[in-house]
Amino acid sequence: MTSRPHPAGRNYHVTLLALVVVYLAAIFAGFLAPYDPSAQSRDFAFVPPTGLHWIDMSGAVHLRPFVYQEGRPYPLRFFVRGAPYRIARLFSSQRHLLGVDAPAALFLLGTDGFGRDQLSRLLYGAQISLFAGPLGAALSVVFGLVLGGLAGFFGGWVDAIIMRAGELFLAVPWYYLLFAVRMALPLRIEPQEAFAMILAIVAVVGWARPARLIRGVVLSGRTRDYVEAARALGASDLHVLRRHVLPQAFGVALTQAALLAPQYILAEATLSFFGLGVGEPVPSWGNMLAVLQRYDVLSSYWWMFLPGGALLAVFLLYYLLADALHERVAALPG
Amino acid sequence: MRYLWRRLGHAVLVLLGVSFLTFVLAGAAPGSFVDELRLDPRVSPETIEAMRVRYGLNDTLPGQYLRWLQSIGRGEFGFSIAYNGPVAPLLWPRIRNTLLLTVPATLLSWLIALPLGTWSAGRRGGWLDRVAAGATTTLLGIPELVLGLGLLLLAVRTGYLPVGGMTSLNFEEMGRWQRVRDVIVHLVLPVTALTLVSLPILVRHVRASVGEVVRARFIQAARASGVPERRLLVRHALRTAANPLISLFGLSLAGLLSASLVIETIMSWPGLGPLLLDAVAARDLHVVVAAVSCSTVLLVAGNLLADGLLYLADPRLRPERA
Repeated sequence: MTSRPHPAGRNYHVTLLALVVVYLAAIFAGFLAPYDPSAQSRDFAFVPPTGLHWIDMSGAVHLRPFVYQEGRPYPLRFFVRGAPYRIARLFSSQRHLLGVDAPAALFLLGTDGFGRDQLSRLLYGAQISLFAGPLGAALSVVFGLVLGGLAGFFGGWVDAIIMRAGELFLAVPWYYLLFAVRMALPLRIEPQEAFAMILAIVAVVGWARPARLIRGVVLSGRTRDYVEAARALGASDLHVLRRHVLPQAFGVALTQAALLAPQYILAEATLSFFGLGVGEPVPSWGNMLAVLQRYDVLSSYWWMFLPGGALLAVFLLYYLLADALHERVAALPG
Repeated sequence: MRYLWRRLGHAVLVLLGVSFLTFVLAGAAPGSFVDELRLDPRVSPETIEAMRVRYGLNDTLPGQYLRWLQSIGRGEFGFSIAYNGPVAPLLWPRIRNTLLLTVPATLLSWLIALPLGTWSAGRRGGWLDRVAAGATTTLLGIPELVLGLGLLLLAVRTGYLPVGGMTSLNFEEMGRWQRVRDVIVHLVLPVTALTLVSLPILVRHVRASVGEVVRARFIQAARASGVPERRLLVRHALRTAANPLISLFGLSLAGLLSASLVIETIMSWPGLGPLLLDAVAARDLHVVVAAVSCSTVLLVAGNLLADGLLYLADPRLRPERA
């Protein structure tokens, strides 16, 4: 093939940068979010996004945007003191990026039925939704590497058992398997444990496909000409594994992880959406969407769809990344 | 025929394996339907113990599994504690409803994907190819959950289509044709959702497979001898690409059935998906196992169908006739 870059490959760095920004936003949720994600204000149920104004009613232009509260303007302030928070469990602070003075409220993405700020919940929700996916994918791929590697390397009955077991996991439609595995865990679960539970579920659900692919790579690696040549020159098993088989396997593993990560992000969202994942009051993108199962919410409050939009954006970024990785792995020699 | 029998035997083994796996996974769970009852102060511990004995919850898991297999022989598929009756009567209408969604969605997405993918492959880099590639990438990036909710929003806003459900409220009073019409109107939204879910993958693969054949020597030779482009694509390229496409048919069913669970539940279509979710929430073990096994049966049946088609399409699989 020619060396002309693939359309997806060209934007590779842009895609990666965008994902890094999204993840940084999730990590610094405490600072970026104006409010505590579970702080309720019953007077503000289903409030539409707060409008930011630059021009007041007398027609004067303000450099600092402001919001209206009962007809009075309140200027937007930066680095305000608010609810205390911790970032990555390392340091704590009370400073928030944005805020307005007391009687007014800054709901840039509106509020939910309990008057909780959607933007804050979206940012905090990302901490669960965005991290469960990639971590789960990493776990599955590690399982896949170990089991597929064992199957491919030893062959014989080890191979037969592992691959037959994998076949069973692949024979069930994915979501059915997900909920079947969910059944193996207690119905009511603390929100703090939900994260670990979701990791456990997706790791169990998803090991089979990476294992199968890795096994293929290992098997074909054992019979390649250059491997035979290396063996003839006196290379040991370990050397062949390290120098010839594993690099190929890692390429496949990486692509698989990039493909699995968005799928697992969706798995968390789906489980939580149907009330079997992360529970209230801890926000996740899935349980934030769950309120759309109510007809009045679905028809009247468009800003409740925003977690779906966020999910969509992250999904698309991951697919572009997986495409680009796939191109790179396919372009590798050998 | 040996080939097909072997595939069938394999399918039966897979089904047994899957049902046992589900049984072990779901049965090993802490808490059963009976334990949920324990929270009710009106139910005495003696009643609970009696129920445990009656439903065989004190037996070992393999023992429970064997009894479940026996109940299949009686056509019951286990006993639903939540519905207090055999599972089979719950199962059949749900399977029918799921098929009512997935079969039209499969047909529709293939009817669109075949011409679109072939055409894209024939004119690589043309405007249609680029539009199709952009559309498929975008569609691939839309999760089922969001797609389903988005379509529901569309239905609410426009008011042309019913929002969820399978029948209207006055379904009982309708004549036969009105009923058919009513169900079809309710079908539109979920079938659209499922078609949009499965379409992009199909288009991509059709384009890739046909595109590979188009570069082959015999196609170039045919083109050089003046075979028209359209005939070249349809009669020669598409036919040669039939093998991977038939395999794809089997593979794509998994994604479709899986998406169907989410779409059915969001749009409150009474298929297998909502049955499974309710059963998981109620800890109704036999219903969970039956629903998961049924989804696998549908998938395996689809794959067998693909195997059969492959058998018809590829003479290399029929050595005894060669």
